[in-house]
Amino acid sequence: MRYHFDFGWLIEYLPVLLKGIRITVQLILIGAVLGVALGTACAWARALGPKWLKPVVATYVELIRNTPFLIQLFFVFFGLPSLGIKMSELTAANLAMVVNLGAYSCEIIRAGIQATPRGQFEAGASLAMSPFQTFWYVVLVPALQRIWPALSSQVVIVMLGSAVVSQIAAEDLTFAANFIQSRTFRAFETYIVSTLIYLALAILLRQLLAGLGWMLFPRKASR
Amino acid sequence: MTQFTFWDILRNLLLAARWTVLLSLVSFTGGGIVGAALLFLRIGSRRGIRLLSRGYIQLFQGTPLLMQLFLAFFGLGLFGIDVPAWLAACVALILWTAAFLAEIWRGCVESIAKGQWEASASLGMGYLQQMRYVILPQALKVAVPPTVGFSVQVVKGTALTSIIGFVELSKAGSIVTNATFQPFTVYGLVALIYFALCWPLSKSSQLLERKLNVAHRNH
Repeated sequence: MRYHFDFGWLIEYLPVLLKGIRITVQLILIGAVLGVALGTACAWARALGPKWLKPVVATYVELIRNTPFLIQLFFVFFGLPSLGIKMSELTAANLAMVVNLGAYSCEIIRAGIQATPRGQFEAGASLAMSPFQTFWYVVLVPALQRIWPALSSQVVIVMLGSAVVSQIAAEDLTFAANFIQSRTFRAFETYIVSTLIYLALAILLRQLLAGLGWMLFPRKASR
Repeated sequence: MTQFTFWDILRNLLLAARWTVLLSLVSFTGGGIVGAALLFLRIGSRRGIRLLSRGYIQLFQGTPLLMQLFLAFFGLGLFGIDVPAWLAACVALILWTAAFLAEIWRGCVESIAKGQWEASASLGMGYLQQMRYVILPQALKVAVPPTVGFSVQVVKGTALTSIIGFVELSKAGSIVTNATFQPFTVYGLVALIYFALCWPLSKSSQLLERKLNVAHRNH
């Protein structure tokens, strides 16, 4: 075998790659913020919410955690339109990511909430805090602090999983790679480059989340 | 035009699910073997090898499985091998599973107290004897729940092989959808079949964790 590696296409297709990176970053930023928000709401419902809500949320979490993201994506993009709910590729991709991360982060955050001692709730109440204030300041923030590393890992996993959204023609980095591959027939080089970009994005995202953790929870950091 | 009954759809999906199960078993077994080898390199005494295996693990954990599948599919072809989709799928999934299992098991081995190593060393045991008689029997108990839990990820990971053209449950779902134009029913069923495969695994992982609960008993 004599294969000549050729990365000459890289300059010509750089804008395509950059656009793909932009979409991937945009997907994960929106997905992470909304997904964690959804996860927090679900964690509240599962740990402290009304009784009828608990089994509903539990079913949602188990369903999402035990099916592949690809199928969730197909269900949202191909399945829902038959119920009259139509959306663009990017919206569908984002919705699937939010729903997916929501379920995983629900379990992670719930673990943090349940580690809160009972007395903390009572202490909050005795300081005349409303139940919502108690939840927010006394329960949620320390819980998030505890589970921040696990939550960060999950966000990175969802970012890597987002490579799949190219399958419904959302124009992310993998979509760009497939496009370049089909133009240049330089499959191996294209995928090596895009894999390395994903690796760089993952490392960057991890650093970013670690920095965010420092900013959000300064008390722990300074101790 | 032929009409497809609900039973037709379900039967075709279930037939394809066999391949999902087979691929999961192959990946998990193969990944377990490679992962065990990787574990020994990762916690071994040679610094260079330790760093190398750490790099391997970070590379596979830090890149999308889909990209790894593409690279296996197109990369193996560079060596002049005609790569069928199933082979690329197996290779990529085994390497991916190995990276995760090695890291999970490393955590388990490192959770064993240092004193155990020192005690067994003071009995004149060599490295392999320490592993075989002292460390691994204890680490194995800690390792069972997360390992079973990870098998769920493997089953879900096999769905991606549909993208490089391996016909398993997901691919069958797409094919059946194209024939029947009932995406809601078909993908709903596909999701339920995956759920039926994965849920018992996740549940048993949780149960084992509670039953073995070794994390709190060990020290």
